[in-house]
Amino acid sequence: MTTPKTIYDKIWDAHVAHAADDGTCLLYIDRHLVHEVTSPQAFEGLRISGRAVRAPDKTIAVPDHNVPTTVDREGGIDNEESRIQVEALDKNAREFGVHYYPVSDIRQGIVHIVGPEQGWTLPGMTVVCGDSHTATHGAFGALAHGIGTSEVEHVLATQTLIQKKSKNMKVEIKGKLRPGVTAKDITLSVIGATGTAGGTGYVIEYCGEAIRDLSMEGRMTVCNMAIEGGARAGLIAPDEKTFEYCKGRPHAPKGAAWEQAIEYWKTLFTDESAHFDKIIEINGEDIAPVVTWGTSPEDVLPITEIVPAPENFQGGKIEAVKRSLDYMGLTAGQKLTDIKIDTVFIGSCTNGRIEDLRAAAKILEGKKVKDGMRAMVVPGSGLVRAQAEEEGLADIFKQAGFEWRLAGCSMCLAMNPDQLSEGERCASTSNRNFEGRQGYKGRTHLVSPEMAAAAAVTGHLTDVREMI
Amino acid sequence: MEKFEKFSGIAAPMPLVNIDTDMIIPKQFLKTIKRSGLGINAFAEMRYKADGSEVEDFVLNRPAYRESSILVAGDNFGCGSSREHAPWALSDFGIKVVVSTSFADIFFNNCFKNGMLPIILPSEQVEILMNDSEKGSNARIEVDLEAQTITSSDGNVFSFEVDPFKKHCLLNGLDDIGLTMEKSSSIDAFEKKLAIEQPWL
Repeated sequence: MTTPKTIYDKIWDAHVAHAADDGTCLLYIDRHLVHEVTSPQAFEGLRISGRAVRAPDKTIAVPDHNVPTTVDREGGIDNEESRIQVEALDKNAREFGVHYYPVSDIRQGIVHIVGPEQGWTLPGMTVVCGDSHTATHGAFGALAHGIGTSEVEHVLATQTLIQKKSKNMKVEIKGKLRPGVTAKDITLSVIGATGTAGGTGYVIEYCGEAIRDLSMEGRMTVCNMAIEGGARAGLIAPDEKTFEYCKGRPHAPKGAAWEQAIEYWKTLFTDESAHFDKIIEINGEDIAPVVTWGTSPEDVLPITEIVPAPENFQGGKIEAVKRSLDYMGLTAGQKLTDIKIDTVFIGSCTNGRIEDLRAAAKILEGKKVKDGMRAMVVPGSGLVRAQAEEEGLADIFKQAGFEWRLAGCSMCLAMNPDQLSEGERCASTSNRNFEGRQGYKGRTHLVSPEMAAAAAVTGHLTDVREMI
Repeated sequence: MEKFEKFSGIAAPMPLVNIDTDMIIPKQFLKTIKRSGLGINAFAEMRYKADGSEVEDFVLNRPAYRESSILVAGDNFGCGSSREHAPWALSDFGIKVVVSTSFADIFFNNCFKNGMLPIILPSEQVEILMNDSEKGSNARIEVDLEAQTITSSDGNVFSFEVDPFKKHCLLNGLDDIGLTMEKSSSIDAFEKKLAIEQPWL
């Protein structure tokens, strides 16, 4: 009998192109996604050493981090450095002959939304990108993770990565979710339970009824934040929902190849009694809508709670919490629902897909953004934007008082003009609440799209369950 | 890449836990298309005020630590973004070694690609080195990768683990890509097999 394997074991084994005696492997990469911020030095490295891109057909480039999201962006990028970076990607993509979606293409968007949307991401693949949120693609049962720029160059030149295998971790979400609780609440709650280093050294498999019940969009939200728990990657075994999502996408296999692919994809599950080095189990019904109160994604609490005190923590975290509360302008004991919000941001590779926009629009229908607040929706891709317009979601957002933007990373990391100002407080559907993340001295509370919409209406952090 | 040689240097204490790569190099400095020149902006938002003047009590601004080549840091150093600009900025500042109880995976790997050594030690040992580094420029810490030891100013010697392949590359200043290209026949063979087994790729 063969040793039972996890899905991670299976994908890993299927991609080892060379194994050295000490366990160092060359892992073959099926898809390499590229954006403008972490690639210029890698392409320059190829140029200096006279190397080509080994597999341009497996390499997909799209600008997303720096691009303006205002409707007048056809006029070009004002910030010179941003413009140079986007122009560098344009030049590199064309010169090295990789697949490319320029800013003017309706398919342009956040790299982690474009990949799945175009059928580049498929089950069983290895997917890398110079971006930590590459974990998103794990939702398809792919092994997907972020890499640094030196590794981007390594993959461009060799289509492989030098890797050692990680350990296996299982995160099981049992049973059903309660109303008002979303994929975002699952993934934040897991990080709250394990800490931002809880997954270090592991690849996480998310499983259980609550995960199976999620749509592909929801699964992408869960896997997206695996990196925030420290894991190399997070993945979910593919099933009929996965196949249904992939079917007919521009770069998904067709005809006989589709049938052959499905046969293989159906083998991608964790064998019974396969070994996990770490197991976390959470009951779906114990998960509440959550928000972050601090400056680390592990600073998570149900919306019904109060801001914690530093002395509730241990070790180095005590000083970190003091610093966080000072930075966030919060006082221990304050009710989370009393925290007033200046700005609402709906978008990012975590929550910028069509389902996220539908969920937020459902809360906003017939309501208005509270006076004096700034609120924006930044769809994850041009195609998400077009679909939302077709479904009438854009009208709901606009009538409520939201700005309706073009696709990009936008205020998730504020490399373009979409930034918080000093002290400005934002309910954000993005993935990081680090100091300065959304703008110098800006204050971020991570929430689901539903919770973001609710905060936009009331002007403070709000339990969305009171509005459904 | 330069060879990593035995050295002793000033260590700066940064006890804060979860120092993320946004702190190490804020996003406004990621717009460069070069690898060099980022040291001046390392820890920019902790190190400078809004008007560009220095925050006096930030460790790397204190006279004793301006020439630091080692950081002794709180748990989970380098979490967050994959930006290699983080090790580029530290390296450009002059940091060759970071000591912590744990590192985020991508940051950890990125260090080795840039001739830097992240050292993982148990918390008691990190604490001893943290206290040592509090002594400022009089306390020089020695790092010997060949022997896999780090020695505090008062002679405590701690051994650390390092992946043999990564150690070999650091000690010899080897370029990963060149090494992998020597195995291109294995990659060719793998691609042929893949084309048959998974033709849809």
